[in-house]
Order: sequence, then C-alpha cells, then structure tokens
Amino acid sequence: MAHAYTPGLKVSASETVRKERRLPLPGDVLVQEGDLVEPHQVVARTDIPGDPESLNIANLLGVEPEDIGEAMLVQEGDEVEKGQIIARTIAFFGLLKNEQRAPVSGTVEMISGVSGQVVFRAEPTPLEVEAYISGRVREVMPNEGVVIETAGAFIQGIFGVGGERLGEISILADAPDQQLDASAITEACRDKIIVIGSLASSEILHRAADVGAVGVVAGGVIDEDLVDYLGYDIGVAITGHEKIPVTLVLTEGFGPVPIADKTFELLQELEGRIASMSGATQIRAGVMRPEIICPDADLGEDFVDVGGDELAGGLVVGTPIRIIRQPYFGYLAEVTELPSALQEVESEATVRVLRARLMDGTEVLVPRANVEIIEGRSSLAK
Amino acid sequence: MSSEKMTPSEQIRTIIATDCGSTTTKAILIERQGDEYRLIERGEAPTTVEAPFEDVTMGVRNAVSEIEELTGREFLDEDGVITQRESDERGCDLYLSTSSAGGGLQMMVAGVVKTMTTESAERAALGAGAIVMDAIAVDDGRMNHEKVNRIRDLRPDMILLSGGIDGGTISHVAEIAELIATADPKPRLGATYRLPVIYAGNKDARSHIDETLGDKADLRMVDNLRPVLEREVLGPAREEIHNLFMEHVMAQAPGYDKLMEWTDAAIMPTPGAVGMGIQNVADQYDIEIIGVDIGGATTDVFSVFMGTFNRTVSANLGMSYSICNVLLEAGLDNIYRWLPLDVDPADLRNRIRNKMIRPTTIPHTLEELIVEQAIAREALRMALEHHKTLASGLKGVKETDRDASTTFREVDTHTDTLVNMMTVSMILGSGGALSHAPRRVQSAYMMLDAFQPEGVTELAVDSIFMMPQLGVLSGVHAQAAAQVFERDCLIRLGTVISPVQRPNARERDLADAAALELTVSKPDGGEIEESIEFGDMKRIDLAEDQVVRASIDPGRHWDVGEGYGRTVETEIRGGVAGLILDARGRPLDLPDDDVERRRQLLRWIEELDVYPSDALSAYVDNGREA
Repeated sequence: MAHAYTPGLKVSASETVRKERRLPLPGDVLVQEGDLVEPHQVVARTDIPGDPESLNIANLLGVEPEDIGEAMLVQEGDEVEKGQIIARTIAFFGLLKNEQRAPVSGTVEMISGVSGQVVFRAEPTPLEVEAYISGRVREVMPNEGVVIETAGAFIQGIFGVGGERLGEISILADAPDQQLDASAITEACRDKIIVIGSLASSEILHRAADVGAVGVVAGGVIDEDLVDYLGYDIGVAITGHEKIPVTLVLTEGFGPVPIADKTFELLQELEGRIASMSGATQIRAGVMRPEIICPDADLGEDFVDVGGDELAGGLVVGTPIRIIRQPYFGYLAEVTELPSALQEVESEATVRVLRARLMDGTEVLVPRANVEIIEGRSSLAK
Repeated sequence: MSSEKMTPSEQIRTIIATDCGSTTTKAILIERQGDEYRLIERGEAPTTVEAPFEDVTMGVRNAVSEIEELTGREFLDEDGVITQRESDERGCDLYLSTSSAGGGLQMMVAGVVKTMTTESAERAALGAGAIVMDAIAVDDGRMNHEKVNRIRDLRPDMILLSGGIDGGTISHVAEIAELIATADPKPRLGATYRLPVIYAGNKDARSHIDETLGDKADLRMVDNLRPVLEREVLGPAREEIHNLFMEHVMAQAPGYDKLMEWTDAAIMPTPGAVGMGIQNVADQYDIEIIGVDIGGATTDVFSVFMGTFNRTVSANLGMSYSICNVLLEAGLDNIYRWLPLDVDPADLRNRIRNKMIRPTTIPHTLEELIVEQAIAREALRMALEHHKTLASGLKGVKETDRDASTTFREVDTHTDTLVNMMTVSMILGSGGALSHAPRRVQSAYMMLDAFQPEGVTELAVDSIFMMPQLGVLSGVHAQAAAQVFERDCLIRLGTVISPVQRPNARERDLADAAALELTVSKPDGGEIEESIEFGDMKRIDLAEDQVVRASIDPGRHWDVGEGYGRTVETEIRGGVAGLILDARGRPLDLPDDDVERRRQLLRWIEELDVYPSDALSAYVDNGREA
C-alpha cells in the first residue's frame, strides 16, 4: 500500500479548527452564520422526549386486552398528571372498583387492544449544546446544529478520558520528562488545565480532582492508575462520556513517556491562555483523538483562515518521527533512509522498514508501521 | 447490478472481485489457465467510504488499478470496471464485490422469549452477515422504557422482529412491536428513509404488526422463523436481510449506487460471503468445519455441524481496536499463562493499551510477537466459547419419549451445543494474527491452544483473506471459486492428532504407557512409526501435497474418535507444519507454578520449532538474570 505509515497526531501553533456542534435530535439553532460565540454560549437547543412508561392495564384490571377501551378514562394523546386515575372497572353494581393511575406526568401515547398495554410518555427534558470553543459560526445546519470555526493552537493527544472542559493552561513540569509528585498539585490549580510531564499517577489525578483542576495533560499514565482513577477498566477505546471531575489527555501513550518536545514547547508558549479541551477518543474507522484547542486571543470579525488542514507530505529522509512500538517506544527520531525492499526484523516478520537516527545519535531500523510523523507548525512565532 | 449482461459461465475467463473492508479494499484477479482457474494478481488500497472521499468506488478503482499496474492490462475505464472483455489485455468477464465498509450491516433483533424466538432471530441475522447490536426480548430482564431507549439510541440499519409460533398467542409479539413503534427508531444512514423492519413471527399477528408499525417503518413480512417450536426456518428472513442490505444500506452508503451498477451480481455483506465460502467447503469435502476470522475489532466464528451452518460475531474481541477488551474479558492471568517469558505484568498491561491506541503497529521484537500471539489465543478461545452457546439445537423443545415402563418422560435433548471438537475435520483460520504469522507453525500452535481440537483435525489458514471474494464468486461460478480456494487460498498447515484422556483417569495411569502409537504408510512404501507420552508434543514432517494412510492406536485411557483404546484407521494430509501429535490432554491444563509452566511451554515451543531459538534464548536468559 502506498501509505504504510501512521499519520501523526497534529500539534500546531496555528491552525484553523472547525468543530461541529450537533443536536442528537432535531431542534432549534440559536445563532446565525457569522456570529461570534463564546465557549459556554448555548448554540442549539432541543427537547428530548421523555422516557416511555408502560402499564399492562388489561392484566392490572383483570380484563381481556380487547376490552380495555371500555375501561380507559383517557384517550391517546391526552395529557395526564402522575397519580391521575386513567382506567377503571366496576363490578357487582359498584361494590368492586378497580382503578389504575398514571405512573408519570406526560401524555398517553398508545392504548393497545391487542397486548393490553398503555404507554405513557413523560414530559420532555430540554437539552442544550454549547459552542465549546470561542470562534465564529461558520455554518448553520438548520434544526441540527452549527459548525464553529476558530483560529489558534491545536494539539491532538493519543488517548484521553473525560468530557469537554474550559480552563487556563498552567505548566507545572519544568521539563517534558519530569515525573511530578502529587504534592506539586496545589490550590493554585483550581479551574486550570495543568501540564504535568511524563506521568499522570493515580495520586496526581485524585489530587487534581480534589483541588478543582479541570484538566490534566501528561505524556503517559500507568494502566492500573487509570483504572484506579476511573473506578473501572476500559475495554474498547471509546471514551469521553466518563463521569469524572478532571479530563485527562495523554500525548504519548501508556507507561511513563516524556511529552514530545514540540508539544511541550507549544504548551509552554500557551501558558496562561484559556483553552478548550476534550478527552473524547474513538479508535475505530473515523478515528477521534482527544484535543486541546487554544483560540487566538483576538478573534475579530475578519480573522483569517490560516489553513492547516494539509497533511504532511509523507515519509522522506529528514522527516521527524516518533517511534510508537517496542523496542524504541516513545523515542523521537529523524528518518535517515527509506529502503524500498522488504526486510526481516527480529520477530521474523518481513516488512517495509526505515532507518532513523534517535536523538542520542544512534541509528536504528524500525518497521514503517511503527512510526508516526510529527505534523503541524511548531511555534506560535511562525 | 447488471445481471442481464453477464457472460455465460462456461465462457468466463477473467474475473475481478473486490472486498470493501472497513479500512482496506482488496481486489483479486482470477483467470482460467488451461482447465483451471487460478489467482493471478491482487491489489489493495485504503477504503474511501469516509470523509474526505465519501465514495467507495475510489478505493475500488485504486485497488483494481494496482492490479492493472502489476499486470500491464486494463480493467477500468471512466464508467468503472470493464465487464465486457474486449481482448486479452482489456476488460474482464465478471466483476463481483462484497462489503463491510462503513461499519458493515448493523442489525437489532427482537423476539418474545430470549432463548427461543430471539435466539432464532439472532442466528438468522448473524448468518446473513450482520453485526447484532442488541437482542430485545419480552423476558430479557430489562424494563420496557430501557428497551425503548436502547432501540432509539442504537440506530440500527434494520430490525428483525420475530415471536410466537404460527397460530399461537399474538399478544407478546404485539407488545414487542409496540415497543419498537414507541421508540420510533431512525436508521443509521440517511435521515430521509424509513427504517426497515422485517417481521418473521406468528403469521396471525401480521395485521396487528402492520397497524402498529406500518406507518412508522418500512415493514416487510416473511415466513415465521419458528412456525412450530420444533423447527427453525431461517432462509426467508436471511434472504430478505440481503435484499434490504442492497436496497437500503448499500444504497445509502457513499458511492454504492455506482458500485452496484458496476457489479454483475448483488453485493454481499463480507461475513455473509465468508459464511457461504465455509459452507461450500463443508459441502465439497462432506466434513464438519470451524472457520474463524480474527480481526482488529471483531472475531467471527463460522461452523457447519450436522449440516447446520452457524455464525457468531464476538463484536469486542479483536487484536487492535478491541485488544483491551480481550484483556478485560479474559483477565491478565489467562493471557499471561501462554507466555514462556517472564514479563512484568504491569508492563504487559501498558503494552496492550498502547496497541489499542496505535492499532496499526506490528511486533518488531520476538517478545512483542509472543505477547500478541498469547492475546490472540485468548481472543480465539473466547470467540469459540461464545460460538458454542449460540450454535446449538433449538432450546425449549421437549421431546416426548416412552420408556420401558410405559410412563412418559420429557427429555430436553436440545440444549447442548452442536460444536463437537472430536468430529470437526477442519479448522480454517484467517485474519492478520493467523494469516500473517511469521512462521506457519505459529498459526497451527495458536489454534491448537485456543480451540483444543480432539482426535484427528486438519488445520489450515486463508493465505491472503480471499474468502469473501470466493464466497460471493461461488454463487455465480462455483467451479472457479472451488479451484482458486483449493490452489491459491487455502494453506494447509497440517493435521493434528490429539488423543483425549478418560475423565478422572489418574495421572499415573496416563503416564504409565504411551498415549498413542502411530503407524503411517507412505505412498512410496515407506513407514513412519511414532509414539507419544502424556504431556508431550511432537512434530513430524509431512509435506503439503502428501496424503498418507495412518493407523492410530491410542492407549487404553485415550480416545482419538472411536472410543477409549480403539484404533482409528484414517487418511492424513500433510501441510507446511507437518503432522503434529498433541498428547497434552483435554482440557489443556498448564502448571500453576510460573517457573514450571514457562519450562513446559518452552519445551513444546522447542519441539514444534515455533520461534527462532537464538532470539528466544536471549529473552529467556535475560529473564533468568533479572
């Protein structure tokens, strides 16, 4: 195949970012194309139909299903209050009375003369979708939602947990490979997105939650620490819906791994700025990675499209890469040679390979499938 | 689809078939050479169903154009694949395709009783090649509102509704139909069309089902899956699923309208085509068979036992996207037990996670390969366990039997699985972990550990995962499909002989004499005599094209198919891994002590020559130093 390498994660100081904000059911869009929006601004709203609740009235009244029509005091479409009497049978000249009451407030949706069921629909609950990032409404999808566009820094992580958060970026680690102690997390971290170096330990995650931080950015996490923080194990990589106080974004993977220099340097440049982050990850067809988006401070009416959607040109000699599998997992390197012939590696698999120079100057041979290109514009200055 | 233009079967010489997978589109070129059809070339390209391409035919073009480049011939023009062969250099006679792109066919099934009609519906949907997202039943233990929310949230491609025997009560199946109506589910693809619902239940309930769902869904009625309790009729429902797959699901997926015009026969869901291929093998050789396809996200198991075809999908057992679910469901200890190396368990967990988040990476070191193959064993093992539960006789059927004392007694004869590891003649594996293992014997060894076949069993793998294309081809040109399968698709790994010990036999009785003695008469007149002790494995060279007579004489506590101590005379076929004797006993019991267990595993690995010994020794020695 022509592209036998993994496209890298995007780490860019200057990028046009578009986020689709869509309602799960049709509803009302509250903004117009061109509007400037703030992260917490509601851009679309709908009512989620209430849960249905069914009663088998035939069984409860002790009548045949086809006879429940005579016993019903309400009809399909009627509104009812919880506890309201909705069906009644009277026997023995009024001596025996059997009454049934509505289990919820809402409407009567169906009365079935075949199964004897009556279905009630509880009152709808409103659902709102926020803008999530500050930017401009690029497109309105009538009744469905909007596309928000912004310009700024964009950092993709490899894996995350937790939902959308907004906070100020605060760098706690002095270096990308530093492993911090939980004591480094103080009250000053409240409402912040904290960048903590190579490892998010269980203690750090719990401490961050205790002090009210909103997000943690780290190179890696020990698998068991993540299970401890979440309270359960993750089977399939579809995340973002966890009910956890602090969203976690990993830039590199599992185990202690230094944050890539380029990512760390960009985060340092962004210190003090407000960013939106999300831990939502889906590793399937239509992959979704966790992200940190830091829109430029002044998003005027006429901010320019800085592009950034172009993919890296592919692997060539000199391409900066990250090795993503043992025995060089987490190492950064530069491609030095791209042999065209297949080669056998230690596992005896015959694969396409490349040669790369690690940061310490060592030359290594790795399967092309085990590297990813480091993509994006590296500095705010550029 | 343009079947009217199809070339008559005997004139078909050049065939192109593609499989549009969720990540890769694979094309194969088959051609008649002399009297037989052979695979000539293959090409592949990324599938283009998703943004920014959103047109499946681009991937098909790219994959076919790779074949064009490799052969120097033309198979494409601006209208698609050229299905009117103009010369030896331009066009083909037949173009076919399968597809699982865009998530495949995702269905929900509903029935009355979970273990009866709902299970029949599940079998019908799985057999048609669907992923069953959920199975709703009146008695599944969930509250009605939970079921309604589930139906609403899942957004399936279609729903198969069943329930009740013909002439039986209609109120229960009516209740399920009402739940579906209440949920008012929307299809996953295309907001403008109504969700297809196939009704295959009590025919007396049809008018009520129509009243309930007629306005809300695209309702189709087919014969009842369980017209009477004792009989299951899956054919009509499966056929309707295939029709709807073409009409609705395929028609909504990007670019499929074009692809349907290109092909000479209906596009089949990939697993449906694989199932067809597996059934053909069972028919052709008149054998019982298990087929398994271990993928990144799911593991499919197919089987034919006692003439009944079954398929299951273990949706969350796979080697990349779902690898952590294998860890979660099997537990670390079950993976760890297959490792002959001393690996730090915490490090092992981190590595498995890293494979999940970077699913396209491959094992570079031997240690990484051994770890992946340990995980594959557990994924395969659990997928077969899952399959055994669904590949069963009809549950809830009571047979009345009169015994000697003329009193009546009810015998529940149908709760057991159809899967019989003693009678299975062939296990056919495919998917990256099995088809691309660096040494073929590794595939055989993984299947041996995971499935633990009994008696005499042939093991094989699909060389480049051609089963989908050959499955769809078999419906149009059975001869071509069979010949390519035999000559180019099937890689015969060899035969394994696994004697099974008497339950509760004492270990010292088992160890007392050979588990079996084997005499092989070779066609050249030579003989091989071998014997094997309890707990040992042996590998005997026997080439892929060799078929020999064997006399297998098990010890008195051992059975190879005819009973304890009874000799089996049979034909045995060789393979790239030869003939393997496995006297480890069933079920396979590994020592609890880690050091003893690793020593045992290393002994078997050495005997079968599974891994390169130098590289393996380096890891073993490192572990000792540590």
